[in-house]
Amino acid sequence: MSLYPLTAHALLDAFKSGKASAKEAYEDVLGRIKAVEPKVKAYVRQAKTSPDFSGGLPIPIALKDNLCTKQEEITCASRILKGFISPYDGGVIERVKKSGGVIVGFANQDEFAFGSSCETSCYGPTFNPWDLQCVPGGSSGGSAAAVAADEAVWALGSDTGGSIRQPASFCGIVGMKPTYGRVSRYGLIAFASSLDQIGPLTKDVRDCALLMNIIAGYDERDSTSVNEPVPDYTKALVNDVRGLKIGIPKEAFAEGLDPEVRASLEAALALLKKLGAAVKEVTLPHTPYAVATYYIVATAEASSNLARFDGVRYGLRAQPVKARKNALVDMYEETRSRGFGPEAKRRIMLGTYALSSGYYDAYYLRGQKVRTLIKNDLDEVFKDCDAIITPTSPTVAFKIGEKTSDPLSMYLSDIYTIPANLAGIPAISIPGGFSKSGLPIGLQLMGKAFDEEMLLRISYTYEQNTEWHTRKPKL
Amino acid sequence: MSISKKDVKYVAALARIDLPEEDLEGFTQTLGKIVHYVEQLQKLNLDNVKPTSHAVPVGNVFRSDAVKPSLTNSQSLAIAVEAKDGCFKVPLVIE
Repeated sequence: MSLYPLTAHALLDAFKSGKASAKEAYEDVLGRIKAVEPKVKAYVRQAKTSPDFSGGLPIPIALKDNLCTKQEEITCASRILKGFISPYDGGVIERVKKSGGVIVGFANQDEFAFGSSCETSCYGPTFNPWDLQCVPGGSSGGSAAAVAADEAVWALGSDTGGSIRQPASFCGIVGMKPTYGRVSRYGLIAFASSLDQIGPLTKDVRDCALLMNIIAGYDERDSTSVNEPVPDYTKALVNDVRGLKIGIPKEAFAEGLDPEVRASLEAALALLKKLGAAVKEVTLPHTPYAVATYYIVATAEASSNLARFDGVRYGLRAQPVKARKNALVDMYEETRSRGFGPEAKRRIMLGTYALSSGYYDAYYLRGQKVRTLIKNDLDEVFKDCDAIITPTSPTVAFKIGEKTSDPLSMYLSDIYTIPANLAGIPAISIPGGFSKSGLPIGLQLMGKAFDEEMLLRISYTYEQNTEWHTRKPKL
Repeated sequence: MSISKKDVKYVAALARIDLPEEDLEGFTQTLGKIVHYVEQLQKLNLDNVKPTSHAVPVGNVFRSDAVKPSLTNSQSLAIAVEAKDGCFKVPLVIE
């Protein structure tokens, strides 16, 4: 029996009944990596620490290359951090290790999570397992591709504007961004601190609940971590949506929505209605401004967070070829110019511009105010709805190289996912169909803060009544 | 408002990035396009709207002022570009 295609819960059943061992599962996944990794390139490096199979949930896991893991090289897919060996475990990594998780390796991503396609990585792109000509999405594209290609049983990613959900959608798997504060950010290399959140990428909704049980919870080392009780998320896996109210924003049918994605969304609405949910048209009038708001707020925070990479203490230090200003400034500039790729430079400069004297009020402060309006829109809808449904992305996976020359068109692919980050609420992407060309289509559900259970319940019900999640790419 | 090459040079210097002349044109164009796109926020009336810096408001978070186990000196210095006498060795700052 092949073990690598199985979900985590199926593997745990097999371990329990003695049909397979954790070591066999791990070795089977390594065999799968050997077979398909040359095509997919989901990983940037294998874990160095030798696996321990004695824990309670010894599931092979892939970690995004921005999650600090003790004695492992962690680089955020950037030249500026090459060779950085983390001296400590982040909060989620401690939890994964405590649960018995077996770390397989570190997955590719856009450099510092700046991108929606995995193409800005200093290691080169990851390829979509469903069509190797296409991107896997981003920024957690390596994590999503690893799970979709069965090179990991599940994975962790981080989501600042859709970086878990959009690649999950492009790769035909489940991806959840939890409520801001639900999961510790301690040890996550920061992109935009008020938006970043770590979350699971899994083969089905039950696995998403299981991985949430492992990673969710308070951590005093993250001052934005929220000390709220953590439920058993598997209890939310109820195949019943009767009486629930699901909002569909009329803004979701905006220009740029692919007709096949739209058709999948409409089919999902019809199915949820048939299963007893009430579907109600709602409005989020300020969401058309979400992308503009995000690219001010996120880049401003990024420019500040990335100021620490200066060659002084750790990471790359590059010596200037010729003297320009003074020795110290020349070293800073040489290090940052050689260490950061073009998209990182672009975002750092954009954020610096939005925060610079004379522009702060016009850009950053204005962005934060529009953020309030977007959050108010969502609060208003949630007074009367249990969840909101939209597509995850306006299109299916695009071709490698298609959007690299036009950053703005790349940014617009996050139009549906960004509002949840700005408002801090949880959101999930689940497999919702396939295009005629055979590429996965994702559906997004957004919920009230700390109501991940509602998203899991609706997703589970949808999944139990469809078969999209059972399909596998041919590799 | 459009972005000029001079603006990009200025911002690059603030961000401690040395942009070679041949990259300046490309960054001026892409940044100009993005700044033009975000200009749409100027259309909104934001009088009396409070800014949101964190979506989930958390007040001041305190912990007890107690010593806890942390990284040792040698663990911390293992990541240093240069280390000397138990310290991070940094480039000369004041000449």
